[in-house]
Amino acid sequence: MSQAFTLPIIFVMSVNAAVPAMAADAARIKSASGTVHVERNGERLAAQVGAGIRSSDKIVTGDDGSVGITFIDDTRMSAGPGSTLVINQFAFDRTTHAGVLDATLKRGTLAAVSGRLAKHAPDAVTVRTRTMVLGVRGTEFLVYAE
Amino acid sequence: MILRTAAVLLALTLSACAAAPEPVVVPRDRVILLPPADGRAGAVIVRQGEHEAVLDVPYASASSGSAGALDIAPANADAIREQFARALDALPPAPVSSTVYFVFGQDELTDDSRKAIGPVLDGIARRPAPEITVIGHADQVGAEPVNDALSRERAERVKQLLVQRGVPASSIVAVGRGSREPLVRSPEGVAEPRNRRAEISIR
Repeated sequence: MSQAFTLPIIFVMSVNAAVPAMAADAARIKSASGTVHVERNGERLAAQVGAGIRSSDKIVTGDDGSVGITFIDDTRMSAGPGSTLVINQFAFDRTTHAGVLDATLKRGTLAAVSGRLAKHAPDAVTVRTRTMVLGVRGTEFLVYAE
Repeated sequence: MILRTAAVLLALTLSACAAAPEPVVVPRDRVILLPPADGRAGAVIVRQGEHEAVLDVPYASASSGSAGALDIAPANADAIREQFARALDALPPAPVSSTVYFVFGQDELTDDSRKAIGPVLDGIARRPAPEITVIGHADQVGAEPVNDALSRERAERVKQLLVQRGVPASSIVAVGRGSREPLVRSPEGVAEPRNRRAEISIR
């Protein structure tokens, strides 16, 4: 459909304002196997592929469970069996790539690959265990929390 | 007399307890840096209390523990791949992006780019719960509001094409960046075909 280009009558107010389907989501579950659930505001939710993950969510895997999530800045995280992963804080500006990702692995195993947040700023991404604080500068790492 | 003996015995027992406190058990947590997939060096700064260490070589590892200081030792690649097998297996695939190009002043794709949509659709079909971001760009010919609108129309056009080919609209976000992020710097007013593009990112 070829159109001769003409000056638009309406000025586009905010070219950077892109509203995704679930604006509050920090990440989306991409893989889930065995026993996995998400705790949000005291409620227990099913952890299914396609479900959104938000700040303050706690992701819990059972003895046979594993789960993988991708954040909107392309950071990827996954947890093996017997894990508890809390997303303390997440924010990401799609235009500037500024923001923060702060998560705690309370127990279990975590694999992570950093995305645009860590590339943008050295202090943007932090992963915690009960004993350690990890400043993530990139790129791929594993965490075990007893 | 008995009371005093009892008091002395109690005092001795209590002081003996005070002299030998229960050891505090600190969880033994561990972090291991892996080799990067695309060759870009990474690092993780590890802090436990006032102790700090930098892991910046593949398989560098730090463990916390009762000793109070971080235990730094290289990890055995095979052992950790086994210990973390389930987590590694569940890691989602790396996001991919491709670029499509437009005919000057329009939101029509070039012939080559029209052919590139097929592989993009394959990429989408292969992923679980894919999320697509289309970012439209314009070159530096024309005024900014014009380029803002044009770049957004380009992103919307690509979104339309994907929707026509079966991709749910709710999984696609289309934005325009105007001429703010040229791939190739060119003087104001000079047409640069490589900047007339849209990036399709799939995660």
